[in-house]
Amino acid sequence: MTETAYNFAYLDEQTKRMIRRAILKGVAIPGYQVPFASREMPMPYGWGTGGVQVTAACLTPADTLKVIDQGADDTTNAVSIRKFFQRTAQVAVTEHTAEASVIQTRHRIPEAPLTEGQILVYQVPIPEPLRFLEPRETETRKMHALEEYGLMHVKLYEDIAHNGEISTAYAYPVKVEGRYVMDPSPIPKFDNPRLESAAIQLFGAGREQRIYAIPPYTQVVSLDFEDYPFEASKADHPCDLCGCGTSYLDEVIVDDDGGRMFVCSDTDFCATRRAEGHRGRLAGEDLAEELA
Amino acid sequence: MTPLLQVKGVTKRYGARLGCGDVSFDLWPGEVMGIVGESGSGKSTLLSCLAGHLAPDEGQVIFDTRAEGPQDVLTMSEPARRMLGRTDWAFVHQNPRDGLRMGVSAGANVGERLMAVGARHYGQIREQAVDWLGRVEIAPDRVDDRPRAFSGGMQQRLQIARNLVTGPRLVFMDEPTGGLDVSVQARLLDLLRGLVREMGLSAIIVTHDLAVVRLLADRLMVMKGGRVVETGLTDQVLDDPQHGYTQLLVSSVLQV
Ligand SMILES: [Zn+2]
Repeated sequence: MTETAYNFAYLDEQTKRMIRRAILKGVAIPGYQVPFASREMPMPYGWGTGGVQVTAACLTPADTLKVIDQGADDTTNAVSIRKFFQRTAQVAVTEHTAEASVIQTRHRIPEAPLTEGQILVYQVPIPEPLRFLEPRETETRKMHALEEYGLMHVKLYEDIAHNGEISTAYAYPVKVEGRYVMDPSPIPKFDNPRLESAAIQLFGAGREQRIYAIPPYTQVVSLDFEDYPFEASKADHPCDLCGCGTSYLDEVIVDDDGGRMFVCSDTDFCATRRAEGHRGRLAGEDLAEELA
Repeated sequence: MTPLLQVKGVTKRYGARLGCGDVSFDLWPGEVMGIVGESGSGKSTLLSCLAGHLAPDEGQVIFDTRAEGPQDVLTMSEPARRMLGRTDWAFVHQNPRDGLRMGVSAGANVGERLMAVGARHYGQIREQAVDWLGRVEIAPDRVDDRPRAFSGGMQQRLQIARNLVTGPRLVFMDEPTGGLDVSVQARLLDLLRGLVREMGLSAIIVTHDLAVVRLLADRLMVMKGGRVVETGLTDQVLDDPQHGYTQLLVSSVLQV
């Protein structure tokens, strides 16, 4: 088959219209999970088929696409999705957050503040925040409809009872615009405050066939207890490469003796800072180049 | 005084078969009503209809709500009925597994109803959970254990604590001592009787066990084939049964 046999961005126009309707509904009802008829994509579930379909429905030929996985542009998953849209939509691609009009992400929100006009698309494995304690779909839908969210606090209660603190570190539940409780996908809770954004945020779950959204400037509150308030925690280090003290860090093993370093998980953010001349503890020129 | 619950002509059919037929009674505040009968007598169907788990074909179930006075719970909106279910009403299942969340700690089980009505202070929720565990004779150091690790009797006591923590005004119980050893049953009955007295609970208890109603119920309804065949004060019905079926029930107990 030749590449021209594909419609723009792979999906046919009919399907894209269906997905756009779901997206618009999601934007109109922030945090509400909109069912959609997820299509087969030329990649397995778990590889971001939900996000890919949302991205496909949003892309125009004028767009510039960035794809990240755990903050990095160069992982297999990110590279293959980026290539997919280069081939099927011939869109421009970038690794720079500020240059992208559409960013598809798995497990992170970029460090650089997003701006109006940008779209952030999340890959979502499990969209239902209540599933942990209530496996019945009919019941969770009813709980959302009736705002019966006590169960979310049961989960947080268990965290504290067993760990002395709210130990949920990823996919930390939020309440959107004072109404729907939402799973922000497995981003670290460090990213939760940045769910309040100038950008449009769209969430796609392929296997579960759900789309939901946070429109720009929507109130997003992380659930907590009065005596155990939410904390956007991160490793208590600066980045060893760029010296940034406020970015989210990955711990990296650097040698066989258990030596380790902390580096920004957002590779574009870290590289940009280093290009600006910032240096961290271990940013000997060689090491920095080796990891770059 | 207004009855807490007015049951009027409640009928439920399963096709041609009668589940329960034309059942009416009033339950007064602080009163415990026992419903006895064999399996298939319609007592469980009736309880399900009263508690909103099953929609009857005919009849009214009017509850004296705090905010708006007497309301027919059958025609009430679903959100309002569910709200009632986690505030003023409680339901104790025969099998504690049906009434507990087996995957979370005892403390979370008791705390769930508090959180459902807006409690957001961990320390206070936990304090109340520990207090309630004590009231159902579960040691405070079990508060973080999951119910799986509990004996059947402890699970049932935990289910009771979980239901009573929000101070419900009406408790439905479905064979609360069923499936427990006799010695465990006695302890549970003792505990239930204490709580009923102390809290002035109103309750509807369905059971096949006349010892349960003898100890807990002020009044008794005897059901057979979906119909109420006899009703009256518990001691009266048990000591001087009028209907032949009741006489049979009572005598079969005496033979044991
Ligand atoms: Zn860095």
